[in-house]
Amino acid sequence: MVLVFAESPDGKIKKASFEAVTYGKKIASLLGCDCAALIIGQADGSDQLGLYGADKVIQVSNTILDNFDSQTYTATIAQVANNIGAQTIVVGHSSTGRSLVGRLAAKLEAAVISGAKTVPTNDGGFKVAKNVFSGKAIAEFTLNTPMKVISLMGNSIQPEEIGSTVAIEQMDVQVNPGRVTVRERKTVSGTVPLPEAELVVSAGRGMGGPEKWQIIDDLANSLGATTACSRPVADTGWRPHHEHVGQTGVAIRPNLYIAIGISGAIQHLAGVSSSKTIVVINKDAEAPFFKNADYGIVADLFDVVPKLTEAIKEYNSINA
Amino acid sequence: MKILVCISKTPETTAKISFSSDSTQLDTDGLQYIMNPYDEWYALVRALELKEKHTGTVTVINVGPAANDSIIRKGLAIGADDAVRIDAEPSSSLFVAKQIAAYAKDNAFDIILLGKESIDYNGSLIGGMVAELMDLPYISYATSLELEGNVATLNREIEGGTEVCEVSTPFVVSAAKGMAEQRIPNMRGIMMAKKKPLNVVAADGSDNLEVVSAYNEVPKDRSIKYIDADNMKELVRLLHEEAKVI
Repeated sequence: MVLVFAESPDGKIKKASFEAVTYGKKIASLLGCDCAALIIGQADGSDQLGLYGADKVIQVSNTILDNFDSQTYTATIAQVANNIGAQTIVVGHSSTGRSLVGRLAAKLEAAVISGAKTVPTNDGGFKVAKNVFSGKAIAEFTLNTPMKVISLMGNSIQPEEIGSTVAIEQMDVQVNPGRVTVRERKTVSGTVPLPEAELVVSAGRGMGGPEKWQIIDDLANSLGATTACSRPVADTGWRPHHEHVGQTGVAIRPNLYIAIGISGAIQHLAGVSSSKTIVVINKDAEAPFFKNADYGIVADLFDVVPKLTEAIKEYNSINA
Repeated sequence: MKILVCISKTPETTAKISFSSDSTQLDTDGLQYIMNPYDEWYALVRALELKEKHTGTVTVINVGPAANDSIIRKGLAIGADDAVRIDAEPSSSLFVAKQIAAYAKDNAFDIILLGKESIDYNGSLIGGMVAELMDLPYISYATSLELEGNVATLNREIEGGTEVCEVSTPFVVSAAKGMAEQRIPNMRGIMMAKKKPLNVVAADGSDNLEVVSAYNEVPKDRSIKYIDADNMKELVRLLHEEAKVI
């Protein structure tokens, strides 16, 4: 049995959890077993987990788990895995999943891969690939034990409607209270968080200062994209740190990454090179980023960005 | 306050990564190594700040061969009081975590700090593993850590924001950007580091739970198309029809 933890922060199943369920089902097919999804507490959207591949959906409700604590969640997931005889456990490589993946592997003495980006193969061993060296290379890991724990990098596969609706079963677990108390969750509302964003508009030092960022916001708004920035921009305080993408910031893999006034240093590329399509706007034709782009515009960004925004708006009005 | 900081050795951030001809090994020829930046800039420096404010000691620990001693000495030069090296090749993450947990169990640390991930295998695994092996709370990707008595308040990165949480010592925490600012060791620190204790401890057991069976280049299948700045309509068309991303 494959067990997928379908996390529901703020009470709602995330797209990443549907990706994880489809992924879990593909592993189950490979191993010739079933795929179970686990939800903890409130999880709006859990009725769709079957559709995306879960053969079985298990819900654990316990007030101790209202508060996220990696210790209590690990104990819960491990017990459910034990109860249903699961030998492969999948979590998303999210802030929650990253807190769990190591704990689960230690608890279960399992082989582990975190941030996996391929569906495993079973050809001379159970093999899964992930990006390593902050995106500079790909390593294929062979997991050598029957018990395996995998965290799935977001946007690595898309949820597929490969199943049908299944009923939700309740399961009791014994869990002691944890020691971590969550006081507050502060999230920016209205925009898709960077790690989950499919469209990202990012700007760098070429902006010259924080004053003119409106053109970046306008472009992002026209696309429904999330904004990001390069390291120097975050370091000088032009933009908040949580927008910093790159090797030492957030690593992302959106469908579209538009880099504006960013030269493309190796550390920046490391965090964004997995993007499906990259557009680079820079007035310096020698900027290294052009070597890693699908579409390039050599021009003054202050001239070209508003024009691109207009073109997007025109496209939107025709396709609305 | 006794603080343990786990440090690892990684290729430097601008290093070009290449492999053996059969793609099963990393080509280490000419590779320059550094202390993993997240361990150094954020975990170690925050540990030193906590020590300066609340008194105590900071110990750095590394699992690796004698070649890692220069990295460990740097940790001492930045300000750690003493160091431990578990003498073994770091085979799997769980193997490394077990070595650290075995040492930490006997030494009653209040806080175990490490970087949010290492910049080589980007696993982000060791902190959670050490916490689980020691039955301790674990806060990942923390951007701040303030102590009041034995109660810590931490901010940690979540998707699109921050979570504020509280936990009493002992606990394990992984540090992200924002936790502290890089410190450059000064000459005095470097001189003092030579005299500070670096204890070498034998490793316990071995495993190969998971192994890298092949390395691959990141596919460079991008061939750039240049678009005239006055023809953004064409770019939008390409993004829609060719790239199919909008």
